Amino acid sequence: MLEADDLAIFPVDVWISDAVQWVALNLRPLFIAIKWPIENLLTFIDGIMHATPFPVMVLVMALLAYVLANRNIAIFTVIVLVLIAAMGVWDPAMTTLALISTAIFFCAVIGLPIGIWSARSDRVWNIVRPVLDVMQTTPTFVYLVPVVMLFGVGTVPGEVAVVIAAAPPLIRFTNLGIRMVDHEIVEAGMAFGANRRQLLWEIQIPMAIPTILGGLNQTVLTAMVMSVVVAMIGAEGLGLIVLQGIGRLDVGRAAIGGIAIVLLAMMLDRITQKMAEPKRASARSRWLAAFNLDRIFSRRDEGEPVATQSGSNA
Amino acid sequence: MTERLQIENLYKIFSNQPQPAMDLLARGADKDEVQAETGMVVGLNNVSLTVPTGAMYMIMGLSGSGKSTLARCVNRLNEPTAGRILLDGEDIVALNDHDLREVRRTRISMVFQHFALLPNRTVIENVEFGLKLRGLAVKKRRSRAEDVLSIVGLDRWGYHFPHELSGGMRQRVGLARALATDADVLVMDEAFSALDPLIRTEMQDELLRLQRSLKKTILFITHDFQEALKLGNVIAIMADGKVMREGTPQSIVSEPGSDYVAAFTNDVDRSRLFDAASVMQAGTPVASAGRVKVVAGEGTGGFALNDEGRVVGRIDAASLDRARSGGNIDAEAQSDFLSVRRDSKLLDVARMCRGTQDLAVTDEDGRFVGIVSPSKVLAAISATSQAGSKRPTEETLHA
Repeated sequence: MLEADDLAIFPVDVWISDAVQWVALNLRPLFIAIKWPIENLLTFIDGIMHATPFPVMVLVMALLAYVLANRNIAIFTVIVLVLIAAMGVWDPAMTTLALISTAIFFCAVIGLPIGIWSARSDRVWNIVRPVLDVMQTTPTFVYLVPVVMLFGVGTVPGEVAVVIAAAPPLIRFTNLGIRMVDHEIVEAGMAFGANRRQLLWEIQIPMAIPTILGGLNQTVLTAMVMSVVVAMIGAEGLGLIVLQGIGRLDVGRAAIGGIAIVLLAMMLDRITQKMAEPKRASARSRWLAAFNLDRIFSRRDEGEPVATQSGSNA
Repeated sequence: MTERLQIENLYKIFSNQPQPAMDLLARGADKDEVQAETGMVVGLNNVSLTVPTGAMYMIMGLSGSGKSTLARCVNRLNEPTAGRILLDGEDIVALNDHDLREVRRTRISMVFQHFALLPNRTVIENVEFGLKLRGLAVKKRRSRAEDVLSIVGLDRWGYHFPHELSGGMRQRVGLARALATDADVLVMDEAFSALDPLIRTEMQDELLRLQRSLKKTILFITHDFQEALKLGNVIAIMADGKVMREGTPQSIVSEPGSDYVAAFTNDVDRSRLFDAASVMQAGTPVASAGRVKVVAGEGTGGFALNDEGRVVGRIDAASLDRARSGGNIDAEAQSDFLSVRRDSKLLDVARMCRGTQDLAVTDEDGRFVGIVSPSKVLAAISATSQAGSKRPTEETLHA
């Protein structure tokens, strides 16, 4: 009888490990160059997160939630942060938040231009799409092996894996958002003499923003998930607590790590989801409202009274 | 030169390699044959027309007739396959991208069926959109936008968002946006088709009112024949990518030229379309009695005119006979005569009719130009046009 294993004659594993080894040896400067900006920004943000006193951090996050979303979500943010502090995992939670913030920055820097480019050229999209398909169907664990080979272990290689995993949704949604802009409105732009640059910045991007922010929400959540998984290659943060808890069969410790992750994820999800909802007041008007300055400024602002139109209950 | 826009032998084939279709069309194939043979859709098949400066030129057709394709070729949202489009003598089809953008920014603007306003911008930002693309400074474009908004009656809505406005108001914004660039040519692609009937009538009246002072050259696309009749100076009726019939509203209704066109004209309300001039007959001078001149029509009565040509009285049949035979009828003119202006619609003429009494038709200054009998009015209102029917005479006589 023929056994399945009798057919195992392709040494794919050997080929791949040879290839990765070759790349790791010969393209080392490239990977150092990739690592450099990530490492610096991560260190910077991580430093700020940990240096900021707890009450200030809570205040800043609440204010951010209020400006980007609304009052209820600001209150929810305060509760989440206090709970995390109460469980004694404040420091690793800040590390995770730094990981995610850095990832969002790099995803935006990489993802938005690629998304925009894909939307404007079918040829580019035909190349980008299969790459995204592969990236998104690949289990998150599988990223770790080549990352370790190419970047080593630790928090910074972990961050690289987070960025790679979290960028695809933003690229997809950016592309989709721009392509979905009402054709008649794009034509109106052309009929009034818009060039390609004006078409993009005056019409397509402004109208795609709700969809792009929806993509940002997905990117944040993916980054959250990945920031836990990369604990396996030595990244610090909440994931490490869970990993340690499992390693020592310490259910309690693993659980508080898990609960903190869920809380943090809910907080980030709520904030970014609200951002994606259309018909929000401008960020500027919400900043003013946060400090009760809107009354003072709105009178002077009659040129662009966006603040007074649809601001109150966004 | 009085023609602003001249379209010459325009073809549009929806294909990247249109040559086979063009060859077939050159051999006399029609739209369906080309589609059956090559699978290519013919949008426009040798369209030529001339739009005079300041005209409201209606392009009327059913869906698939090519009317929107034609409109969109004018500013090259659709790229014509062959032919020329002359704007003040300059061929738009031959322009490079840069010059085409200049034409779109300054000389041709457009109003869209579904308004195509930017939902994330205020009304006034929408109105100044074309000026912003042109690079005009904020202050200048804002004051221009405010002016145009007050022209369309929306001056108090400038800082609202489009979704806060009703459909009719949104289209006013669309119109204001098109007017703001001060382009000579306005392309209105089914501009009122998405509006409720009442609002649509209101917008049509508004457009007619605006056009009296603006005198733009308007290319108006519609599938509604009534709308074409109401708004248009000239109507071109399209089918299968070709112009079937071009002419004034009155001439199309009275002489459709083909059964296809005649089908549209059947339920036209002629009483609102035709005026007194279209059914009147010239008066024949009968006698001159002192300072008063007597004219008669084909009917039984006539009118007495003074030396300025104004009607001073009605002459009944008996007096008319006496006048014909040289009698003096100076005292017999009756003052209860009826008169209408020659541009009065038949509906209003019919309202004036009393029994079988003829009506005098006068020009804008009140001078006599002809006679109309009630039976002619009724006949004209109830007429149905057949493909070959003759149009009513438009001869006028200045007595």
